[in-house]
Amino acid sequence: MSAVIVAGVQVRRIALAGNPNCGKTTLFNALTGLRQKVGNYPGVTVEKKTGKFFGHHGEEMELLDLPGTYSLQNRSPDEKISCDILLGQRADTPRPDVIVAVLDSTNLERNLYLVAQIAEMHVPLVVALNMVDLAESKGIHLDLAAMKDALGVEVVPMVATKRVGLIELKQAISRAKVTPAKQPAPMPPVIEAEMEILRGLLCARGRVETARAEALLLISGAEHADPTLDKAASESRKRIRDAGLDPVHDPVEARYAWAQAIVEKSMRHDDAHALTWSDRLDVILTHRAWGWVVFVAVLTLMFVSIFTVAQYPMDWIDAGVSALGEKIGSMMAESDFRSLVTDGVISGVGSVLVFLPQILILFFFIGLLEDTGYMARAAFIMDRLMSKVGLHGKSFIPLLSSFACAIPGIMATRTIENYKDRLVTIFVAPFMSCSARLPVYALLIAVIFPPGQVSVWAKAGIMLAMYLLGIGAAFGSAWLFKKTLLKGETPMLLLELPPYRMPVLKTVLINMWQRSRMFLRRAGTVILALSIVLWALASYPKNPNADATPSEALGYSAAGRIGHAMEPLVKPLGYDWKIGIGLVSSFAAREVFAGTMAIIHNVEYEKKKLSPKLIDSVRADTWPDGRRVFTPLVCIGLMVFYVLALQCMSTVAIVRRETNSWRWPLFQIAYMTGMAYVAAFIVYQGGRLLGW
Amino acid sequence: MAETRLSDIPIAKKGRVEKMTLAPDASRRLGEMGLTRGATFEVVRYAPMGDPIEIRVRGYNLSLRRVDAENIFVEAL
Repeated sequence: MSAVIVAGVQVRRIALAGNPNCGKTTLFNALTGLRQKVGNYPGVTVEKKTGKFFGHHGEEMELLDLPGTYSLQNRSPDEKISCDILLGQRADTPRPDVIVAVLDSTNLERNLYLVAQIAEMHVPLVVALNMVDLAESKGIHLDLAAMKDALGVEVVPMVATKRVGLIELKQAISRAKVTPAKQPAPMPPVIEAEMEILRGLLCARGRVETARAEALLLISGAEHADPTLDKAASESRKRIRDAGLDPVHDPVEARYAWAQAIVEKSMRHDDAHALTWSDRLDVILTHRAWGWVVFVAVLTLMFVSIFTVAQYPMDWIDAGVSALGEKIGSMMAESDFRSLVTDGVISGVGSVLVFLPQILILFFFIGLLEDTGYMARAAFIMDRLMSKVGLHGKSFIPLLSSFACAIPGIMATRTIENYKDRLVTIFVAPFMSCSARLPVYALLIAVIFPPGQVSVWAKAGIMLAMYLLGIGAAFGSAWLFKKTLLKGETPMLLLELPPYRMPVLKTVLINMWQRSRMFLRRAGTVILALSIVLWALASYPKNPNADATPSEALGYSAAGRIGHAMEPLVKPLGYDWKIGIGLVSSFAAREVFAGTMAIIHNVEYEKKKLSPKLIDSVRADTWPDGRRVFTPLVCIGLMVFYVLALQCMSTVAIVRRETNSWRWPLFQIAYMTGMAYVAAFIVYQGGRLLGW
Repeated sequence: MAETRLSDIPIAKKGRVEKMTLAPDASRRLGEMGLTRGATFEVVRYAPMGDPIEIRVRGYNLSLRRVDAENIFVEAL
């Protein structure tokens, strides 16, 4: 027995593998509690979740949560990562000592397919048979002894949501000797013979343990770095085809036959055709009419919460940040450094922090929708509409989330497996009018209409038009990209509709916190740096005239000079240098526009409340020749610009992280801002031609 | 002989997969999701806009688009 743990002995590395929706995340959380770390595998945007837990004898173990996949064929990034780790082919992640395959007992046959592939890899295996309570209630009776016998490994019945079976699982993992599955799926004789040839080559290269799995991967068409093996594999494939077999499909069918045989030995289903409550719920939730009603109601609830419930904590954060700025400001002597701390760092970072409540609420809802199984239905319902522009139903939630903020929206694209589809979705998400654009729209609409003259409907109409313009630009661009830059066969939609389940609050909350923390850490560092840069641009060089108004000081600063230098560029859009500064400073975050206008017009700017003074003074602004700057036409053009332009450094930072390169965010800035310029130009010049 | 496609099977009726004329990668993925040659399935419902199609195969529910279902040839049961 290895019950005695000697100091310095390597901790055991355990990996969890399983299909999506098998309860793997719940089990991971139950084992590790909050001792977990979330990051990325270097070079790819696949999430890497690791944690620590204690085995049956109190020994520390390391737990790795492999991405939830249906297969270990190395095609998608998720599959490739899992496959490479299990074969011990990733330098950053050592091969696990034990793999725990988490299976959904209510869906045994398909879940066993993955086990068939794990069995080929010859890794020590423990099977966690999750959701046995649900299986029992569905009339599925499991014969654990028979299953254990058929697989040749420990089989632990579990209910991860209720922590049932955790101790038994730990016992199984802590055993001195955990063995691989007894008998992998037998292949048709012709394929077995070809595998033997490839196995010889692989063993000669030291790949003894994993030879069967690697030989099968090669036969199914996986590429190998070694040309000798590649050549041997393609010859094998040819011989298999000549024998009338299919090198891709026959192994898949053989594994399913293996899974089916185990199911037949170890499972009895009383009434496989009885309607479950989940089936009955689906009759309504995916109904031709009721399905839409529920769908719209769910989304409305989500958005109303994001805009109303989040308002309170947002106000608190806002007030807290202002108070902190004042407090620190009052403790420091008037100096450039004080200005840097209060106007630069605190208000800059604060302007981002204020979105945290919205992000938390959005992720809470997304987690809830995922955990209950409704998310799959939303994709099912929306797929037809999304397919018109070449996207998946799965792109819908990220785009929808972007109405609140593009950052969580872009982070939510991780559920899209196809990389090109994911890129397209990331690319068009910032077109959706986020909450940061609201203050800009609100200010400009107020400037267009003198108070009391126009009904609220006209104002709401303009607002709606801006939202629709953003949606149109997003879908149009998605269509364009699918036709050109990111062309590729529209990937197949293969969407599992898992049974509805009661959500586990802990899973939802942990998920919400992890995603939000990433937002804070990632965007936070970049925001901090750019806030300082923007502050410096707006503060230096100092106006030598000590009595200069804030407006004159800003005009003298680098930002002001940039504004003046930009004037020829923005003049065709009808903008003066002051709007130019507004556009530049808006790159930090769009809502900064209102604050910048306030500084330029020497108006005390109060956040949240649109001060009538600011509106009046913006409306009264004139060119040197006395013409009004903010004509209705300019205001509309400016709003169009804000709808389309990518002016948000947090978004740029997130896109950089999610795509792992600067190429995409830079192209995105050029594309969106270029489109904004052209559209604003057309609005302004076209409007003038029409005599407005 | 008129060939039956998965997309021709009415709701609540069953079929058995015979062959697929999809891209190799697509048919491999379908196979891995359990829709192999010889697998039986039942059409459960269509999405509110008529597409995608939801089927029941190997004890779970899977949805796929009509355009792909048209490339899956089946025997009606």
